[in-house]
Amino acid sequence: MLQANGYIGVPQNRVDGRAKVTGAAQYAAEFDAPNLAYGIVVSSAIAKGRITSIDASAALAVPGVIQVFTHENRSRTAWFDRSYRDETAPPGSPFRPLYDDAVVYSGQPVALVVAEEYEIAACAASLVQIEYETDTHLTDIDLAKNEAYAPPRKRSGVKEPPSPRGDAEEAFVQAPVKIHHEYRVAIEHHNPMEPHASTVIYQEGGKLVIHDKTQGAQNSQSYVASVFGLSSDDVQVVAPFVGGAFGSGLRPQYQLFLAVMAALELKRSIRVVLTRDQMFTFGYRPLTIQTISLGAGPDGKLQSIMHDAIQTTSPWEDYQEVVVNWSNLLYHCDNVKLTYKLAQVDTYTPIDMRAPGAAIGVTAIETAMDELAYATGIDPIELRLRNYTETDEANKKGFTSKELRACYQIGAERFGWSKRNPEPRSMRDGRELVGWGMATGVWEAIMQKTAARAVLTQDGKLEVSSATADIGTGTYTILTQIAADTLGVNMEDVTARIGDSSLPKSPVQGGSWTAASAGSAVQTACQTVREKLFKYARQMDDSPLANASIEQVTFANGKILLTNDPSSSVTFAQAMQAGGVDRIEAEEKASPSLQTSMSYSGYSHSAVFAEVRVDEGLGIVRVTRIVNAVAAGTILNPKTARSQILGGVVFGIGMALEEESMLDHNLGRFMNHSLAEYHVPVNADIYDIDVIFVSEHEDKLNPMGVKGVGEIGVVGTAAAIGNAIYHATGKRIRDYPITIDKLLK
Amino acid sequence: MNRFSYVRAESIDEAVREVVTDPTARFIAGGTNLIDLMKYNVERPERLIDITRLPLNEIEETDGGGLRVGALVTNDAAAHDPRIQARYPLLSSAIMAGASPQLRNAATTGGNLLQRTRCYYFYDSGTPCNKREPGTGCPASFGRNRIHAILGTSNHCIATHPSDMCVALAALEAVVHVAGPDGTRAISMADFHRLPGDTPEIDTNLRHGEMILAVELPPADFGTNYTYLKLRDRLSYAFALVSVAAALRIDGRTIAEARLALGGVAHKPWRDSEAENMLRGQAASAERFADVADYILRDAKAFDDNAFKIDLARRAIVTALSQAAAGTPQSQTDKRIQ
Repeated sequence: MLQANGYIGVPQNRVDGRAKVTGAAQYAAEFDAPNLAYGIVVSSAIAKGRITSIDASAALAVPGVIQVFTHENRSRTAWFDRSYRDETAPPGSPFRPLYDDAVVYSGQPVALVVAEEYEIAACAASLVQIEYETDTHLTDIDLAKNEAYAPPRKRSGVKEPPSPRGDAEEAFVQAPVKIHHEYRVAIEHHNPMEPHASTVIYQEGGKLVIHDKTQGAQNSQSYVASVFGLSSDDVQVVAPFVGGAFGSGLRPQYQLFLAVMAALELKRSIRVVLTRDQMFTFGYRPLTIQTISLGAGPDGKLQSIMHDAIQTTSPWEDYQEVVVNWSNLLYHCDNVKLTYKLAQVDTYTPIDMRAPGAAIGVTAIETAMDELAYATGIDPIELRLRNYTETDEANKKGFTSKELRACYQIGAERFGWSKRNPEPRSMRDGRELVGWGMATGVWEAIMQKTAARAVLTQDGKLEVSSATADIGTGTYTILTQIAADTLGVNMEDVTARIGDSSLPKSPVQGGSWTAASAGSAVQTACQTVREKLFKYARQMDDSPLANASIEQVTFANGKILLTNDPSSSVTFAQAMQAGGVDRIEAEEKASPSLQTSMSYSGYSHSAVFAEVRVDEGLGIVRVTRIVNAVAAGTILNPKTARSQILGGVVFGIGMALEEESMLDHNLGRFMNHSLAEYHVPVNADIYDIDVIFVSEHEDKLNPMGVKGVGEIGVVGTAAAIGNAIYHATGKRIRDYPITIDKLLK
Repeated sequence: MNRFSYVRAESIDEAVREVVTDPTARFIAGGTNLIDLMKYNVERPERLIDITRLPLNEIEETDGGGLRVGALVTNDAAAHDPRIQARYPLLSSAIMAGASPQLRNAATTGGNLLQRTRCYYFYDSGTPCNKREPGTGCPASFGRNRIHAILGTSNHCIATHPSDMCVALAALEAVVHVAGPDGTRAISMADFHRLPGDTPEIDTNLRHGEMILAVELPPADFGTNYTYLKLRDRLSYAFALVSVAAALRIDGRTIAEARLALGGVAHKPWRDSEAENMLRGQAASAERFADVADYILRDAKAFDDNAFKIDLARRAIVTALSQAAAGTPQSQTDKRIQ
């Protein structure tokens, strides 16, 4: 049914590409308003304690300064915690900016300076004098882990570790081959190119139009409405473009709170933009200590899996993500014990970061599996095939589809894996040792209830809309493709509108679920338009379609035609005229199938292959080749999907070799809070990345068979690189990122 | 950022006069470091004297057969100047190892000499720092010091000097010409930057109000056996963990003269003339280079996170000297180490 013009499944350019490269696409801090004021956030210098005094007199004396907001003069906001909880909040009491004199983490916003000009606000902010009484803070997980606890309240949407099966401890003791190690992945910050910003436009009557950097316009809208006691009709959040987010825009951030508070107090429009160092003063990918014990027979078959994780959270919320479940999801084993605990540290609450949990959990298990391959002398792919599972054993369900075997096979062929000599240090090219490693990737295929509207007008133009977001993933483009194919119009005649809280209801963009969710909603809405249009076409006087059923017609080029006799057709305009309408509108919801979720588990899979070249003498690693074979159901747009995998792989290279937010535990503060010192890969770090989409028939998750590709690209990449480094050098480094100092040890 | 006034100087004398009479004034040229530091409230000048229109952007031959590089010559222009590429390829290579094309287009020769450290604590006005606020302490000494110095540190400061260009200039024994209220003077590269001692707030021996006019490159014959080897946490656009500028004059099979300067390890480009003398009259050999490396690093002192730098510096010195001796300098475009 989706073949009409055949846009789906065919590489398409981004429909918003021109707007982005010409600067026409507007981001949160680029919207203007008459009489706009500017706010600069003052951040705390201490990690824990109390503000004993704030002297804003010097700041207020700067000409052009309008107000300095602190906990002493902030406006009253909602009382109950639930008013501050957004749709992705973990259990707990959300952080409230400027709530009282307590400082609970370093970099906490403690004042907002508002002025007529940005530079004046920045100048005045540096003059605010704050005195503190310091309390003892704790930011070191190695000290906090002794108090680690299993989170008593589960975070919605995050699967807890399954109950143990068999007797993993005894099986481990009995197993002839044992792997038992600790694995760590450093704290990462998302560092999107666009910093967090909110431009709040204060309209007459107090209505707010807010341009927020967010992955969910409606999430920000409902937060603002509930925190400030506003009617949701008086708050509109408009965020058509997002300059990268990676999860950092899932929760409404403090700049939104502060900008809204100031706008309401001052009754004027205001913009608050965080500085790059302030981008290190909210959520992050938590530091996680993982311990994995694998017991196996000499044949490599797993007899015991134990995977324990301790992860940081803040004192006020129990952040949670799925870290350990992947070990058993990927491999067959009868004796499994998985645990997940939290340790409180005095930082902000972590926030989901691209493939939260999986990116680090799979890194650990896939490194451990490589160690098992060497311990048993079995090829790493063969080892994984011997432990392959066709079912989600913890939940006793089948998979909706799983072409992981094909990922291994096709990826290995493309990479040339069969030519690999498994012996570490067996390949050399000049000064450099060459290593080949591989790992598995996995991510859940999620669909969320989402609504969309489709409006067809007599001129043949189709507009589809939903409140979802495009954080750079290509949402505009795939929605356009789906709409065009469903109604048989050209992509040029379709406009997709998203990122506006006034549009049909959508969850945040996250979890790789948007293509499946918003895509299905748009498809459903367009199908309803199609049915209405067909009804009008049949009613037309002397309609050539009078006796046809909708199954017997094709929608193409703005016409409905008999599939068996394409010369018999009715144009959309004729049909609408016959129906006496100049527009056809439909709003529909798409929801995940309960039946499917009760019987099946849905995941995307990948096999990642890495080639590294290591200058052992100097500890320099180059990742010269990556092949990533991904099975993720239907690929709507191979071009934008490939970009998602490329970006995910680059993320993985960062995790493997570079990214680390360094906490100074004496100060309780992240210290390398700039893009000069927090290293993400640069062009010189990236060589060949080969993305393969493995054909996978998926017919259970949603009608189009979409699983989503936003996150799968990062999962497994760091482990594949770490495993390649082991193959190159014989050094096993279990503490990512693998930097020069660790390689030289 | 603080409020400041801005003046464009029309002459060198005027520029010097404007700054020398005002302790809160600073010269500004490319601004690639100063503006950054102002945004972070590390530098808070009340007056900026723009010197970009002054006639200091020429590269000229000197009577002695060297080159005089004007203070306002951009890093990009210097690196791509055919005379510098032919006669001082070490300098060209070092400049190209640093920053990004955009920064090199704006940054100037004089400004590069005055780059301030990238110490995390210096850059964060929410923390103590003796260099930023004398007497407040040095949290880097017992904090996150992976990128910090291993040579010439003091109890007051363990920051490193961040420039690549200066490491090459130190090896080439360049001379910095400056103008001050009492006329001009010349400062050798060896004397230009300081060790932190108990005044880490002072980076250089330039006096307030003195303006860099030019950097003079003495005649040299290091166009064949040289290298600039820079080791960092990613393959481009990162400050050096360790860098080595090596230049050799080889006579037959023996080293007639050796120059060696290290970046990323100290508060200034690090040279050791005794170590260089150890190479004079010797045949190039890895063993000899290792001895030299050990000698240079004899007093190296590590902190919690940067012990690896001592080992890395040793390896980098040997590799760089080997590259220089073989006449196979490190390419700054191919990231593969030769």
